[in-house]
Amino acid sequence: MSAITADEAGRLESTYGDVLRTHRRQFLWPVGLLVLVVVYLAYAFFAFGVPELIAKSRLDRGVLLGLDSVAYKVHVEKNLRRDRFEVAVEGERTATYDEASLPDWVGVTGASGNEGRVDIDMGGGYSFVIEGERLTVTGPGMSAPFTVTAGDTLSWEGDVPSWIELNPKKVDVKLSLFQRAQVTSGRILVFRYFWGWEDFWFDFRSPLNGLSAGELWALAWSDERIDPEMSNAALIVDEFWGNEGWQHGDVFKALLETVIMAFLGTVVAAAVGLPLAFMAAANVNPEPVSRFVIRRFFDFVRGVDMLIWSLIFIRAFGLGPLTGVFAIALTDTGTLGKLFSEAIENIDNKQVEGMQSTGAGALARYRFGVIPQILPVFISQSLYYLESNTRSATVIGALGAGGIGLKLVETLRTGKDWENTLYIIVLTLMVVIAMDITSGWLRRKLTGAGRD
Amino acid sequence: MAMTTVDQLQAHASSLERRRRLYTGLGAAIFAILVVLGFIGAEEMNSGGFVQGLEKFFDYPGNIVSETAEAGTGWFERLWIYLPALIETINMAAVATIFGTVFAVFLSFAATRDLQVWPPIIPVARRIMDITRAFPELILALFLIFMLGSSPVPAIIAVAFHTAGALGKLFSEVNENIDRGPLEGMTAAGASWTQRMRWAVLPQVLPNYTSYMLLRFEINIRASAILGFVGAGGIGSELRKAISWANGADIAALFVLLFLTIMVIDQISGHVRRRLVGGMFVGAR
Repeated sequence: MSAITADEAGRLESTYGDVLRTHRRQFLWPVGLLVLVVVYLAYAFFAFGVPELIAKSRLDRGVLLGLDSVAYKVHVEKNLRRDRFEVAVEGERTATYDEASLPDWVGVTGASGNEGRVDIDMGGGYSFVIEGERLTVTGPGMSAPFTVTAGDTLSWEGDVPSWIELNPKKVDVKLSLFQRAQVTSGRILVFRYFWGWEDFWFDFRSPLNGLSAGELWALAWSDERIDPEMSNAALIVDEFWGNEGWQHGDVFKALLETVIMAFLGTVVAAAVGLPLAFMAAANVNPEPVSRFVIRRFFDFVRGVDMLIWSLIFIRAFGLGPLTGVFAIALTDTGTLGKLFSEAIENIDNKQVEGMQSTGAGALARYRFGVIPQILPVFISQSLYYLESNTRSATVIGALGAGGIGLKLVETLRTGKDWENTLYIIVLTLMVVIAMDITSGWLRRKLTGAGRD
Repeated sequence: MAMTTVDQLQAHASSLERRRRLYTGLGAAIFAILVVLGFIGAEEMNSGGFVQGLEKFFDYPGNIVSETAEAGTGWFERLWIYLPALIETINMAAVATIFGTVFAVFLSFAATRDLQVWPPIIPVARRIMDITRAFPELILALFLIFMLGSSPVPAIIAVAFHTAGALGKLFSEVNENIDRGPLEGMTAAGASWTQRMRWAVLPQVLPNYTSYMLLRFEINIRASAILGFVGAGGIGSELRKAISWANGADIAALFVLLFLTIMVIDQISGHVRRRLVGGMFVGAR
């Protein structure tokens, strides 16, 4: 094939002009749309103040938060003013190690007060030594030990690697995210991080803390009671359920509340929505005024939105799952009612006529003529909404209705126990995904059986 | 094979029927017990009771209405005052929908077997969609607000994230149902993958994509309004302020604005969707 000459192009243009022009128009409008979208996004970029946001954002916070949600730190603290030495998980008073049972990477020689010497093995060949008011750092890659004295003013000597930040008021040792120390006047604080969730199964103070699964199993079957009040098996369950840091019992209860909200809300919505849908369908209810009223009712409860309904219900019923149930039920009565009434209007009328010809009454006509036809839609839509309501229940829960959403907001507000937040997020996701799988399975099972 | 008489067949059929009824009955009974237990549990866990609550149910809406009536014509000014907040919320939803849709298109193409993509990527894309879909927007938004500070951007990211998964799944279902004829024709003519997708797949799926996207836009407006409650700005923040100050007239103004917006968007998108999807079928026949 050779290139088209100008004459030939002109001839094509004049003969098939319409086709070519349509083609060009088809080509132009996606480009135009793209330009529009880009312009809009550029407007939004500045309207939302993205540049300032980037400048103000605290990504370091994100890193720490991410680290904190999958790891925990043990504080080794020497307070010179109060003459106190403490090793504690996350620096919490309730999780302080006894002097007799310090972790094996902390070694104390002599009195543990201001005079004693503390050897801390930081891992990776680095060791931090606290002697009196001095912290000495030694390790690979350092030509000489680094020593900082936490007197009224800070003073230091020795080799200063790049990971040590010196300020007149504060010395930061940031060996890695997992090995850090902070020295201020009168206070030496060493952090060492470990992977995992601390005291997930039992509280730090619990007699069961640190036991392995095998030991627990043996304990559950042994006759020697740790607590004379109850059997060992009951104690294990009790200690786990009542774990103060993780609140397994409360979290489980909150999850149950959320599932109840979604389940009951959807059940009520489907149960109320179905009869109303019959009344809103033109082929069942010939009376236009009542049809109009019901349809506008559907639009209204749907349009007002679950958020607003939940706020009104919180005022009336107080905090708790009941509030969530009614908010979900009311909103979805509208949604499901509308969907059902559309399904009813689209049925094949022959079956209803067949029933009528046998002299069946109105109820029998609906039961055997209409219901079997809309059953697949009824079941699949109800299950679909059950699944999506599990998510919604989390959200309205967070706004005050209770359940796992509220629990999540509580842990986020304290902004400290990120591992708890992650725990709740993981549990919520598991419940949502489980609902998704169950409803999908039921949908296939039930609607598949309905079609046979 | 044993002889089967009509009686035996009938007996078998009626025993099957009895068993079916038993299962249906059992299922219904378990379901009823679950519902009753659920209500008892919910009533117990709730801080206020159902019966007392029912009496108070109309108090709050009543207060709002009476305070609105007191405000008189000044109330309409409030609608105007809150308009910028509403526009911010709509913008949040729009930007989130745009980004979410773009990601959803990529994910859905990567998750569909028929579209001749690199096979190992299919399960990966599907799992990504499952996870992004299951993630409640609120959780991500709260996390991002902590990192980025209170602003609409965390909410946009959160909503877009969820939208990518939710739309991606719907889009991939659309992709699976396309007519393979044009695709095969393009392949026979030696078209590249991009050309095949552009000229054989996109024209078939675009009307449905647009229809789902509009539906999602509507949902995202609600989501953005809700996220405003936790510090993402827009009409949700205003509503939160009005509710904590118990300012009935303001609450009414915000409710009305939100309600009208959702109604209008619902109507417009319903109209456009009917035209798009209906139009496609008219064109095809």
